[in-house]
Amino acid sequence: MESDEEGIYDVESDASINYNSSDDGIYSEGENTAHGEANDFMDEPTSYKCLTSDQIFNYMMKVVDEVNAILQLPPHITCILLNHFKWDKEKLMERYYEGDQDKIFEEAQTINPFRLKGKVVSSNTNNITSFSMQSTKRPLTTQEVCDICYLPSQHMNGLQCGHFFCIDCWNEYLRIKIIDEGQGQKIACPANDCNILTDYETILSLLRGSDIKTKYHQRLTDGFVMSHHLMKWCPSPGCSVVVKVTTAGTRNVTCICGHAFCFHCLQPIHEPVRCPLLKKWLRKCNDDSETAHWISANTKECPKCRATIEKNGGCNHMICQNKSCKFDFCWICLSAWSPHGSSWYNCNRYDANDSVAARTAQEKSRAALNRYLFYCDRYMNHRQSLELEHKLYSKIKFKMEEMQQHNMSWIEVQFLKKAVDILCKCRNTLKYTYVFAFYLRSNNQATIFEANQKDLEMATERLSEYLERDVTTDELSNIKQKVQDKAKYCEGRCEALLRHVYEGYDMDLWEYLDE
Amino acid sequence: MSNTMEKRLQKELMKLVSEPPAGVTFDSESADSKLTLWKVKVVGAKDTLYDGESFILQFKFTPKYPFESPQVIFIGPNIPVHPHIYSNGHICLSILTDDWSPALSVQAVCLSIVSMLSSCKKKVRPPDNVVYVSTCSKNPKKTNWYYHDDSQS
Ligand SMILES: [Zn+2]
Ligand SMILES: [Zn+2]
Ligand SMILES: [Zn+2]
Ligand SMILES: [Zn+2]
Ligand SMILES: [Zn+2]
Ligand SMILES: [Zn+2]
Repeated sequence: MESDEEGIYDVESDASINYNSSDDGIYSEGENTAHGEANDFMDEPTSYKCLTSDQIFNYMMKVVDEVNAILQLPPHITCILLNHFKWDKEKLMERYYEGDQDKIFEEAQTINPFRLKGKVVSSNTNNITSFSMQSTKRPLTTQEVCDICYLPSQHMNGLQCGHFFCIDCWNEYLRIKIIDEGQGQKIACPANDCNILTDYETILSLLRGSDIKTKYHQRLTDGFVMSHHLMKWCPSPGCSVVVKVTTAGTRNVTCICGHAFCFHCLQPIHEPVRCPLLKKWLRKCNDDSETAHWISANTKECPKCRATIEKNGGCNHMICQNKSCKFDFCWICLSAWSPHGSSWYNCNRYDANDSVAARTAQEKSRAALNRYLFYCDRYMNHRQSLELEHKLYSKIKFKMEEMQQHNMSWIEVQFLKKAVDILCKCRNTLKYTYVFAFYLRSNNQATIFEANQKDLEMATERLSEYLERDVTTDELSNIKQKVQDKAKYCEGRCEALLRHVYEGYDMDLWEYLDE
Repeated sequence: MSNTMEKRLQKELMKLVSEPPAGVTFDSESADSKLTLWKVKVVGAKDTLYDGESFILQFKFTPKYPFESPQVIFIGPNIPVHPHIYSNGHICLSILTDDWSPALSVQAVCLSIVSMLSSCKKKVRPPDNVVYVSTCSKNPKKTNWYYHDDSQS
């Protein structure tokens, strides 16, 4: 272990990616130019890092070393203590210096190395080598019978609890724990009624074969990530990167694989709604899978001529393909599109008057269902639009190539990709505003929220429509200015909405319905 | 691996036949040739609620024994009426699953069950007996046992 550890603790060096956002005005104009990444949903003045599997083990040993510089214990014992405290260094130190040390060792299922064999070793000693090996080998003079295989052996090994077993039984026991049960940090002594945990030093000295040692390393780091309160695996399938946040408050993170997720609940980023409400909503949607299924169907009829219309883009401004009809309408509310660009647009707002009139229980439950369907429909629509908008990236790529052939540099055409990034971010936010709105009790702030939501929705549809349709027909010279204006406006609406919602959280302005 | 199992079971068997602990009798004939299925007779101790009763415990071993616990159930016409024993013979005892140690043995399990019977104060079935018996798997090791506090039985 010692030999290959030199100089590998520098996790913060080049290989790992450091995401530090600045502390000032997160929503202020121009902030996004500082890190114009796709899916850049930074909302908190905090930082996080992405670690690959090699870096995790090194980082674990770095934490052990840091603590040991103070506690002066054998590293493998420190590792057990830290794991017990979920790798919260401060908590361990606090308990270690304020409380009953013996009790900490007992709780962590290990033995205080200062109290070996009943003798109290002075805890002031800095000499760690005096108790370097946690495992103990008995003198080879007598043959003992192993309590597992019942055979005599000259190679009896055990932990400091004093329970000895032959090397073959140890290997078989550890193989089952490591390979079959997937354990690493929490493998106890095999003796009956003994809860003392094995330490990595003993295990590595007992294990035969490099395959199993590699596997054990992996289980150790898995256990480390699982119990570390500031670390999570990226939930994207096939990705083995670990995201480590600096403070527990960090919410929105983007893995180096590109997947953006909520560090708390591991769902894709769901601003502005908070995790518990989202969880409630997702459970409700699953319970109502039939209605949800009905809603997500992506064919509808033209409200005027009844021709079947299939949605193949993210934009919700539909134009009937029936040449003799060509009706302009909104995919979400199925009414004429024209007011959607103007001030009396109210496609986002559920008319509560419908439910006020409800008197009987049946009417009430129907009103409740209608209300749910209203929000669910809009949530599903933006979700679907977001999926379709991802197709825009390839469409826009062609446009960018075309523009480069017309004397524009690669740098100059990046505005198009950035506009699609903004569009996707706004769609995602819009999708979750309907979850938030569904649970929101109406009050003055809720009315402001709905107005912001309406503005964002109109801005998003305009940007979506331009990028999907007009960009192919418009003059190349006009495109840049138009796209940048629309994208900037859209982004501004999104920031305004989020800022208002977060201010509401801070000042406790939101009241919720018990749906 | 299964070599460990056979050698160890052979030794356990010889010991159980030659020096059986009080209340436990084992007829080696009852075991199958590969020693993977044993039937052990357990007798209720004197001056306990089970005085004079006798029960049959069945042990099933996998090739991973003793690293993996044996599957242990009561079989036959007489299943002890006990707050931790279900009418289908399943036993709620932590050493049979979570707290199993390869240093435990058939004898240790038998003694633990005898002492569980001896400390019983009231002959009743577990409160969830009907539900459990109608829904559980045949293998008690597949049950997620919630171990009851003995002091309350
Ligand atoms: Zn052995
Ligand atoms: Zn032990
Ligand atoms: Zn990832
Ligand atoms: Zn979340
Ligand atoms: Zn039409
Ligand atoms: Zn509409």
